[in-house]
Parts: sequence; structure tokens; C-alpha cells
Amino acid sequence: MTEKTKKASPARSNGLQKWPRLSYLITFVIMCGVWVLLSGRFDAFHLGFGIISCMTASYFTGKLLIPSTRLSSIVHTWFNFIIYIPWLLYQVLVANLHMMYLVFHPRMMDLIDPRIITIKSRMRSDMALVTFANSITLTPGTITVFANELGDISVHVIDAHSGDALPGEMEERIAGLFGE
Amino acid sequence: MIDIITSILLFLGLFFFLGGSIGIIRFPDFYSRLHPAGKLDSMGVLLSLCALALYTVKSLTMGNFLTAAKIIFIVSFVFITSPTATHAIIDAGMRAGLKHWNKNNNQDKKEEKP
Repeated sequence: MTEKTKKASPARSNGLQKWPRLSYLITFVIMCGVWVLLSGRFDAFHLGFGIISCMTASYFTGKLLIPSTRLSSIVHTWFNFIIYIPWLLYQVLVANLHMMYLVFHPRMMDLIDPRIITIKSRMRSDMALVTFANSITLTPGTITVFANELGDISVHVIDAHSGDALPGEMEERIAGLFGE
Repeated sequence: MIDIITSILLFLGLFFFLGGSIGIIRFPDFYSRLHPAGKLDSMGVLLSLCALALYTVKSLTMGNFLTAAKIIFIVSFVFITSPTATHAIIDAGMRAGLKHWNKNNNQDKKEEKP
């Protein structure tokens, strides 16, 4: 696993990396934040142990969390992700209200019409497809059944017009998020 | 004031949990039962844990703030794992070859027709 990532990383970043250690540094900072949050103690003993274990963990996992070493793309992705979250929460709320309507409807069996539809996504990177598949599962009446790296996604929809909005706006937003 | 908001959020969360449970019983087959199980539960967790976080920061100290932040952490982890688990279950059903229910091959309606 580690050999594979080491071989793949120079080709992927295409010689554009300015600071090769940057992904380790960002991983270290995030891990220190999580450590302080979870321990809640600020004396030298606990902070020292935290820094030692964060350095060890970020040495092993730095390339996994942040594969790109270009600062601009990292900032762009994280900033857009923070903008994406409120929109996703709104979609989750709509999904839940629709599902509550179906659950408590007396003639529920007439309203639902489960089927499986296949859509083609133009996104290719792992993180973008995972985010897209999980977002589909969270939104109105749809669950991702299958996805592969070529962008083929099968979706189980609960009624006829739940799948109309796919891929649509959500794919646009996620493609913008990961710069594809 | 915070007590009232906390109670409202908790009751809304429990209402979503109730809807999820009723949905699991009422829906016709394996795949459509996963819709309420996966979605309504994550919404219930969001609302009720936000209520708990809000109640914790009623008296604002450092320790209380850290506890509230941990609760928000739990919400974000549930929002990542819940769709993933739903997808894993539905994928297992597909691999085992379970056909999904639809209106045309509904067994009950065929029996009612003649």
C-alpha cells in the first residue's frame, strides 16, 4: 500500500508540488486539533503525548488523507466543502419530510413505485464519486446500489419522480468541489 | 428559553425516529424498507444530538464547550457512516440476487384480480 502511494504520487502531482511535506503538516495540524478536542486537558504531559502520537500517525497516513500537495487546490476543496454542507443539510431535510409524508400516508402502497435506474457520471476521482454516492443516499427517495470508477451509478428510487433530479445540480456542485 | 428549544428539538428528533420505525414495518420489501431506516434515523440523530449539544452549552465553560464539540463530531460521523452502511446492506441484497418489489409483479394484487 505505502509503496504504491509513493510511486503514484509524483506522477499525479505532475512535478507541481512546491512543498512535499505539506500534506504531512496539514494532517498533523488536524490530528492535533482532534487530540485537544477529545482529551480536553492542557497540561504539558497530555499535550506532549499528543504531539508525539500525532507525529507518528501523520508520518504513516499523511499521503492518504491529502493526496494533493498543491496548497491552492487543498484550500479550494475545503472552502467549497464548507459551502456544500448547508445545501446538503437542506436536501436531507427535504428528503426526510418526503419520507415522513410517505410513511404516514394511508395509501402508501399506491404512492410508491420502487425501481432501479442507471445514471452516468462524468466524475472520475475516488473522493468525488464517494461523496456523490453518499449524497445520493442522503437525498430524496434514492439509495445508491452500485458505483464504479468509470462513473456508472445505479440508484434505487422509491417513487417515479424521485430520480428525475439526478444527476443534475448535485453532480455540478460536487464536480466544482473537487475541480473536475 | 434554551430548555424550550431543547425540548422541541428532542421531540422532533423522536418523531423522526418514530417515523423511521413505522416505515420499516409498513414498507413492502427489503430495499424500500432501507429508505426510512437510513434517512429518518440520521435526521433523528441530527436533531436530538443538536438538542443535547445546545443543552450542554447552557452554562458556557471550556469543558462544556468541548463536550458539545464532541457531540457535533458524533453527528458528523453518523452522517458519513449511515449512508455507507445503507449502501453496504443494499449491495449485499443485490449480490445475493434478491428481486426488488414493484407494482407489476405484486403478488397480492394478482390474487385480488380474479
